[in-house]
Amino acid sequence: MSRIASMQEYWRRDQVWPRFNDQANPVINVDKKIILYIDGLSVSFDGFKALNNLNLYVNDGELRCVIGANGAGKTTFMDVITGKTKCDSGSAYFGQTINLLDKTESQVAQLGVGRKFQKPTVFEALDVYSNLELALKTHKAIWSSLFSTLTHENKTRIDEVLNIIGLKDQYGFLAGALSHGQKQWLEIGMLLVADPRLLLVDEPVAGMTAQETEHTAELLTSLAGERTVIVVEHDMEFVRSIAKHVTVLDQGSVLAEGTMDEIQNNDDVRRVYLGEE
Amino acid sequence: MSTLMPTRPSLLSDRGGKWFLALLAISTVAIMVGNLLIPEGSALHVSTYTVTLFGKYLCLALLALSVDVIWGYCGILSLGHGAFFALGGYGMGMYLMRQIGDRGVYGDPVLADFMVFLDWQELPWFWLGFDQFWFAMIMVALVPGLLAFVFGWLAFRSRVTGVYLSIMTQALTYALLLSFFRNEMGFGGNNGLTDFKEILGFDLQSDSTRVTLFVLSATILAFAYLLSRAIFLSKFGRVIISIRDSEPRTRFLGYKTENYKLWLFVYSAILAAIAGALYVPQVGAINPGEFAPLNSIEIVVWVAVGGRGTLYGAILGAILVNYAKTRFTALLPEVWLFALGGLFVFTTIFLPKGVVGLIDKYAKKKAAKENAMENSPAENNEEVAS
Repeated sequence: MSRIASMQEYWRRDQVWPRFNDQANPVINVDKKIILYIDGLSVSFDGFKALNNLNLYVNDGELRCVIGANGAGKTTFMDVITGKTKCDSGSAYFGQTINLLDKTESQVAQLGVGRKFQKPTVFEALDVYSNLELALKTHKAIWSSLFSTLTHENKTRIDEVLNIIGLKDQYGFLAGALSHGQKQWLEIGMLLVADPRLLLVDEPVAGMTAQETEHTAELLTSLAGERTVIVVEHDMEFVRSIAKHVTVLDQGSVLAEGTMDEIQNNDDVRRVYLGEE
Repeated sequence: MSTLMPTRPSLLSDRGGKWFLALLAISTVAIMVGNLLIPEGSALHVSTYTVTLFGKYLCLALLALSVDVIWGYCGILSLGHGAFFALGGYGMGMYLMRQIGDRGVYGDPVLADFMVFLDWQELPWFWLGFDQFWFAMIMVALVPGLLAFVFGWLAFRSRVTGVYLSIMTQALTYALLLSFFRNEMGFGGNNGLTDFKEILGFDLQSDSTRVTLFVLSATILAFAYLLSRAIFLSKFGRVIISIRDSEPRTRFLGYKTENYKLWLFVYSAILAAIAGALYVPQVGAINPGEFAPLNSIEIVVWVAVGGRGTLYGAILGAILVNYAKTRFTALLPEVWLFALGGLFVFTTIFLPKGVVGLIDKYAKKKAAKENAMENSPAENNEEVAS
């Protein structure tokens, strides 16, 4: 019986003839109001369990904060769902139908999952405008790149984003000439211009001034609703200012989940994360 | 509402590139006229030896350009581009071999001399069709392109990068060197292919053929420069540069970076192969020595000396270093390799952007000085601060 059950996994309609499914424009099914399903995800590196049976569900349009001590598995979690790291067991679905685990990084990105790294990584040898142009939501195959020109909508979109991130006057500068904070903004701009459905943001306010941090908080809150945002952050003040819903990771699995107040009063969390007895 | 878009450089907006094209055109015409129209004995006469020598430099410049395309723009340090060059050369060599016909030493109408010498009874299958020029030319591009495709497909898909990739390209060219040295390979063993008579019915020794080959090399070099520049001005080029700067980031933007790298690698290999095919009729021979790993490393030195990532820098470097090589090996042959090594160390330490970088720096300094003369001191200070 259990053998049949395990065989059934291979008979599923979407796996038997995957070529016949519309790959170019897959529909993200959020009928159940949940955009990301993470079930029993485990990853180990040389015996060290970076993720240990992680279960996590993120609602469509939610702004979710993920916190946890170093080595709790926050970045590994992002690596797995963006296709960078292969996992040992478990499943990750984007909407109800799209399996994220059999996709490569570029496929995941084209599905509408945007990612911002901890360290700002912009293309320093290109100007600000080109950085945004590359991130635009367009065809990304070689042939279309060779002959691509920007449409009017593309240009308007880039202008809008330049306004939002406050780099309107620097659009012609090389990204390498920007300050650290401006690079962070440019990277956020690259996320925005791609029009993603799900944003994964790793420590967005590292190295920002208080004012910039406030600005970022406003931006992230305004994005939620239309898009889903998952923020990994250390700065508790910042988390408090944006998050309604917080997930605490510890040793690769979920330790607690709830509102900020609940989390701060949770004994497990106090013991593990805040280091209190 | 007007948009903010910055003005993008055009095909000819690059000053260095314009200089290069102008110089190339002028010197090509001058050499052509000097050889064909000005009589021998005149001080302005250009000897056929010089014509061929410059034709050779231009082929090597095209080879350097192909390395710059992949190394300067995409950061892939290929130490095996000599292999593609030599394969292109062998393709042309096979055609020229079959053009000899019964004028070889043994007078066999079909078999090449080395085949008769090895007592072969019939033409190996892979020599079939090479009596046709068009077929040989297709093979010149196809075989190295296919090799680059298979090699790149395996390497880039497995995400081999950096030093490991460089070592693999060295191994590739070394493996080809060893196999082409073998007589059983059917490419003339260590003697390679030589003793060519004519190309498309034109005598290879005649002045007009030599000049035509030289002009053809110059034209193809200019064309390859413009095509490469057009490629790097497109969005494709910006994706390539972003791969060089941060490949993981480019992947997360949704680009299949391995495909981009693969096709650029194939393009670069085909350029190198064309350079090889133009080189062989001008020097009159091709042998397995062209596959030597040292040759491939030398190409990288040319590009580094000229300045990478500008296209014309690689061309300049190739011509400068090869001119120096011609001079040096005539005067002090045993010192040449030391001089080359010294040049590489010197460039790496003192000229990280090569000769082109040095010229740029000088031009900027001059421009700043002129600015300083015109502007008031206060404004000038501001400029320095920014």
